[in-house]
Order: sequence, then C-alpha cells, then structure tokens
Amino acid sequence: MIGLWNYLVVGALVFVIGVMGIFLNRKNVIIILMSIELILLSVSINFVTFSAFLGDLFGQVFVMFVLTVAAAESAIGLAILMIYFRNRGSIAVEDVNTMKG
Amino acid sequence: MIETIAFYLFSAVLVASAIMVVFSRNPVHSVLFLILSFFNAAGLFILLGAEFVAMILVIVYVGAVAVLFLFVVMMLDINFAELRRGINTYLPFGIFLGAVLFIELVFLVFQNWIVPTGGPAIAAPTPSVATVSNTRALGQLIYTHYLYVFQVSGLILLVAMIGAIVLTLRKRPGVQRQRIAAQIGRKRADVLAVKQVSSGAGAPVQ
Repeated sequence: MIGLWNYLVVGALVFVIGVMGIFLNRKNVIIILMSIELILLSVSINFVTFSAFLGDLFGQVFVMFVLTVAAAESAIGLAILMIYFRNRGSIAVEDVNTMKG
Repeated sequence: MIETIAFYLFSAVLVASAIMVVFSRNPVHSVLFLILSFFNAAGLFILLGAEFVAMILVIVYVGAVAVLFLFVVMMLDINFAELRRGINTYLPFGIFLGAVLFIELVFLVFQNWIVPTGGPAIAAPTPSVATVSNTRALGQLIYTHYLYVFQVSGLILLVAMIGAIVLTLRKRPGVQRQRIAAQIGRKRADVLAVKQVSSGAGAPVQ
C-alpha cells in the first residue's frame, strides 16, 4: 500500500536532485533555473501529499501560490538572462561581476 | 494494486527525468526532460486526488514555463559544451552533498515526527469527494477565505510581467518607426492652406 512516506521520499529525491543540479552546473544559469523549478516541484509534491493525507485542502491552495511564484521567478530570471547575454555575450556565472558585489 | 503500479511508474519516471534534467548534455533535452518530469508529477497529484492542481501544473509548467525555457535556450547562441567543462570536478562533492541531504530528509520522514494527526490544526477540511468535486471545493475555498491572498498572487504575476517587459525592452537608435500619435494628432490647419487667388493674378511666390 502506498503511504505517506512513499510520496515524501519521492519529494526528497527530487529536491536532492535539484540541489545537486545547482552544485554541478554552476556555470550554466539555464540549468540552475531549471533546478530551482525542480526544487519548487518537490515542495509542491510535499504540500499535496500532506494535504491529501491530512484531509486539509489548504495544502492544495498553497501549491497554487507556489506555482504562481515559480512562474514569476522563472519569467524574471529568464528576462535577466536575456539582457545579460545581450550585454556580455555569455551566460557563465563566473563572469557575473559587473556590479562588483 | 493498480495504484501501487501507477505510483511506482510515475515516481520512477519523475526521478529519472529529473536526473536527466541535471545531467543532460544538451539544454534543449534538459527542457524536454523537465516537461516529462512535470507530467509525471501531475500523475502523482492525480493519484493523491488533487486533480485541479495536477491540471494547473500541466497548463502552467508545460504550457508556459517550459516553453519559455525552450524559447530562451534556442534564442541564445551559446557554446554549452564550454559551460559544462567543470562538471567532473564538482561531481564528487555534489554527490556527497546530495547523499547527505537525502539521508537527512529520509531520516526526518522515518523518525515519525511528522505523522499526520489532523484534529484542530486543520485549516480547511477537505469535503467528501462524493458531494463536492476537488475543483469546486478549491474554488469555494479560494474565492472566500483566501480571496485577498489570491488577489496578491495575481499581483505578483502582474509585477513579473511588467518587470520582464521592462527588462527586455530595448530602444535602438537610428530605427525609423511609425509615430501613430503624431499621425493622429495632425490638424487640418497645420498642413493645409487654401489660398484665394484672383483670376489672372497668379499665386504669390512664397
């Protein structure tokens, strides 16, 4: 029987894969943005899992807010990526030192 | 039985395609594997009885976000092999960190600290599926108790849209454009003069 922990382990696996993706592809901003999407997906999986097993509908409402923020984040991130590529001709993270931060 | 098979199928494909997102050589393949993983996550949501969220996941992610990623990946002319060069040096550390994180998370799960109990902590009890469908129950919740939060999430999308437009809008000098306001704002008196010319005299030279 599929219980709570099966879903939680799947969510944990996807989360870990997303974190590893950020570490491994630390030069490629597009893959980093996709890894962030994977992390947010694993968070959504956890929310829906607890929502289903607790009988509390608010978890699914919160998943919709997470989706909203994820969509906004990827749109802004890709826009920043576009203007950065237009100015510098590269998307390597190591070259991002224009602001000397 | 069929639920068990479906769960293992969906979660196996989800994890495998998430791994392929990270390790794929071609970023276009990464985006396509991202789409596949979102489809399988939607399948898991349907198994959990959250149909509306599953459909929203497919529409928002596959229909909008993944296509946006695909656009950007195809539009940028980048040598992606160059960007992948350091991956082997980071691989042991990345796998070590991932393993530690995963062991911690699974430890948390099996520690039974987070056994769902329900009771008074429940914010919005799920109504029975026999009486109210998932979509209708969500709508009854969102448009009543969480109306302001819902409006704010719409505001976030508006701000993101304006921000993306402002960031990527580019004014190039030297490009001749149609100025519609100037065209419409033309008055008859500015551009047209009717001269009364007496017969045989001719118009005055300007």
